[in-house]
Amino acid sequence: MDKTNMQHANDVNVIRKKHMKLFFAGVIIIALVFGAGAVTNYNHIEGLMSIPAAFQWLFANMMFSGSTLANLSNVLRLLWETILISIVSTTTAAVFAGVFAIMGSKLTAINPVVMYAAKLAASVSRNIPVVAWALILVISFGTNAATGFLALFFATFGFLVRAFIETIDEASGDTVEALKATGATYPQVIAKAVIPEAMPQMFSWVLFMIETNIRSATLVGLLTGTGIGYLFDLYYKQLNYEMVSLITLAIVIAVLIIEWISNLIRREIL
Amino acid sequence: MESLIEKNGKGRIKISQPNSGQLKFRMLMIGTAIFTVAGFFLLDYSGLELWPAIIGTLENLKTMFLQPQLNQVNFGSAMYQVLVTLSLAFLSTILGAVISLFLAFGAAVNLSRPWISRVIKGFITVIRAVPTVLWVLIFAIAAGLGAVAAVIGMLFHSVAYLVKAYSEAFEEIDEGKIEALRATGSGYPHILFQVVVPQTKSFLIAWTFLRFEINFGVAVAMGAAAGAGGIGYELFMSSSFYYDMNEVGMITYMILIVAVILELVANKLKSAA
Amino acid sequence: MAVKTKERPLATQPAKKTDGIVFPFDLEKQEQQENGRSDAPVIMSVDNIDKAYSGKKKVLKDVTFDIRQGEVLSIIGPSGAGKSTLLRVINRMIEPSDGKITFQGKETLSMKGKELRSMRTDIGMIFQHYNLVDKLSVFENVLHGLLGYKNSLQGIFSLYSEAEKKRAIEIISELGIEEQIYKRCDELSGGQKQRVGIARALIQDPKIILCDEPIASLDPNASKVIMEYLRRISRERDITIIVNLHQLDAAKQYSDRIIGLNDGNIVYNGAPDAIDSDAITRIYGSKLDELIVE
Repeated sequence: MDKTNMQHANDVNVIRKKHMKLFFAGVIIIALVFGAGAVTNYNHIEGLMSIPAAFQWLFANMMFSGSTLANLSNVLRLLWETILISIVSTTTAAVFAGVFAIMGSKLTAINPVVMYAAKLAASVSRNIPVVAWALILVISFGTNAATGFLALFFATFGFLVRAFIETIDEASGDTVEALKATGATYPQVIAKAVIPEAMPQMFSWVLFMIETNIRSATLVGLLTGTGIGYLFDLYYKQLNYEMVSLITLAIVIAVLIIEWISNLIRREIL
Repeated sequence: MESLIEKNGKGRIKISQPNSGQLKFRMLMIGTAIFTVAGFFLLDYSGLELWPAIIGTLENLKTMFLQPQLNQVNFGSAMYQVLVTLSLAFLSTILGAVISLFLAFGAAVNLSRPWISRVIKGFITVIRAVPTVLWVLIFAIAAGLGAVAAVIGMLFHSVAYLVKAYSEAFEEIDEGKIEALRATGSGYPHILFQVVVPQTKSFLIAWTFLRFEINFGVAVAMGAAAGAGGIGYELFMSSSFYYDMNEVGMITYMILIVAVILELVANKLKSAA
Repeated sequence: MAVKTKERPLATQPAKKTDGIVFPFDLEKQEQQENGRSDAPVIMSVDNIDKAYSGKKKVLKDVTFDIRQGEVLSIIGPSGAGKSTLLRVINRMIEPSDGKITFQGKETLSMKGKELRSMRTDIGMIFQHYNLVDKLSVFENVLHGLLGYKNSLQGIFSLYSEAEKKRAIEIISELGIEEQIYKRCDELSGGQKQRVGIARALIQDPKIILCDEPIASLDPNASKVIMEYLRRISRERDITIIVNLHQLDAAKQYSDRIIGLNDGNIVYNGAPDAIDSDAITRIYGSKLDELIVE
């Protein structure tokens, strides 16, 4: 009887401690929210109010007039350019990322020094935000497709190296061991075990990055004066909100179509 | 046995018989390669002089990374701007996390009805299709350029990301545990907060932090492109307004250090989950 | 094919015929050869092998034993005893910290590059999880066993001669998986995958085949088929089979000799029928009860 009582008291204590911890975590988070609000001058009420206002505005401007629709071909041309940049920069980055990932994966690394160097290069490349790349590159490359391409290239490269390393580690650990045991050479192990096993998953990452990059390309375009982002910025500053809505709609449709195609491809290859 | 072996046109034995999926994948790879090469020629490079551009960029990079120095702002206020950016990222992540938690209960197929799940997932797909910078600028029309538009604009992608992550974590919960509580006659909220959330707590924390890491980068971008303030705005000013590569270098280093620390913490949390 | 002389159905054949199992074994012949292995020549000697993973406690302690040509040698012991490390030290997938291994009169621990790869072509290996390239055909996976004989380019572009392909087909049909030859390996059952693994090892034309828990992921029926195949290979081709097992009964049934490992030490080395309860206690220690429950 005594024992169960003790047990019970113990349980109550544990639960109480848990509640205390939860309570403190809650207090800290709320304090941080208010602290962050004060630092940034963020007003929660205003934030809440802006959501319905913005949607109302967005839909009110969806009734496109004839003069807006006349610009559609221009919008589509720049949208196509943006899509093109996203795809080309992603696939090019994927080729380089593949090589770096093979050097950076513990499973296939030639030696530890090269492995850490590859990982470091990838980490720097992905942790410098894409805006910083864009702002640095635009100075010398100018308002030009090459700027957008390179900015997206570096950010994508860094991300894909990390994703590819994970893929290689997951997909091909066992087979690498088996082929090494048959006396296969290093290039043979890469070509016969790593590539066939990891390729479909890697391609799926490339598709994911193309989707992401179409959105990033808009941002880069806005900063560097290229592509659909530039057009958005132009009309935004002219307060031509019908055009702003049209461009937004065009981007949404383009992204949805590309996501749909990617999903179809994924279903086939995975 | 012989009948099972296939030979190719030259009478040599085939060692594989690719199925339609593999053939399609091969075609896809070839198609992508061709498209990439063609894409290079289709892009518009008007006004580009490649060599000067490359050399100029390399020189800029050298100045940035080898001689970083703050000129227009002092170190204290630059640090404060980093804090502003972190705060923007934190606010949009934590508000997004709260909203996402409730939406994820509806999106997880094992906790919800199929039509609710489908509606939420469809809604999120559309939300995610709009680039964050456009969300922020659209909200800026309603709320003015600044923190409010930035946080609310960034909130949308955070919610889209977290609902997907959370609901997938919820869907992996052992059905038996939910069943057991249901059998005791527990109500729906009880099940959610006594079983579902505690069971997936470490995943939820890891994913939320991962989003915080992403949001830091986004907040830098919004400072540069959408007037959200913070270190991104300083970066934009020193590169596009002052052309001060030393300062761009110092700011890039500051951003890089914060981003790497966040990534390391996120990796720790992820591998612990 | 030469091997398909007799088809013997299982005594307890299940209603559902899993795997299309065929038993082409001549049991009488096996009986005769059962105890004739102790005079076979030694092809590998393992001397005083130590292995410690960076700074931690030793996994293998002063392990010494001989390997004879054509014998089936089982290595048994509780999990964590060092069985799998010992097996990988033999073909140097894991580098020992100290000791000496002599294979066909040569020291293997000093080998590098080409010499190391050529040593590995003489030692085949099969695995618990089969370690096949799932996305490739059975045929291609079996041909992977030849990679050690090829230069990098020949291997990468799959340049196999017709004679090599024919030999692969022969081995594949000997193992009864010719119907699956063009199937991708992820379409196969566990027992079939392990047979592909054996075929990949056999095409290497090895002197020794290392088997790392080859039946731990298989059902009893498929396990029996695989163990029978392994024993037959050692009898018919005079290839040494070294097999890690955690099932004591399988080790007793199929091996010529058993080595018992406990905590990195060899605690038993002798004939399977000489294992008594005392030896079992030495090998499995207090974990014996667990073993019986299993």
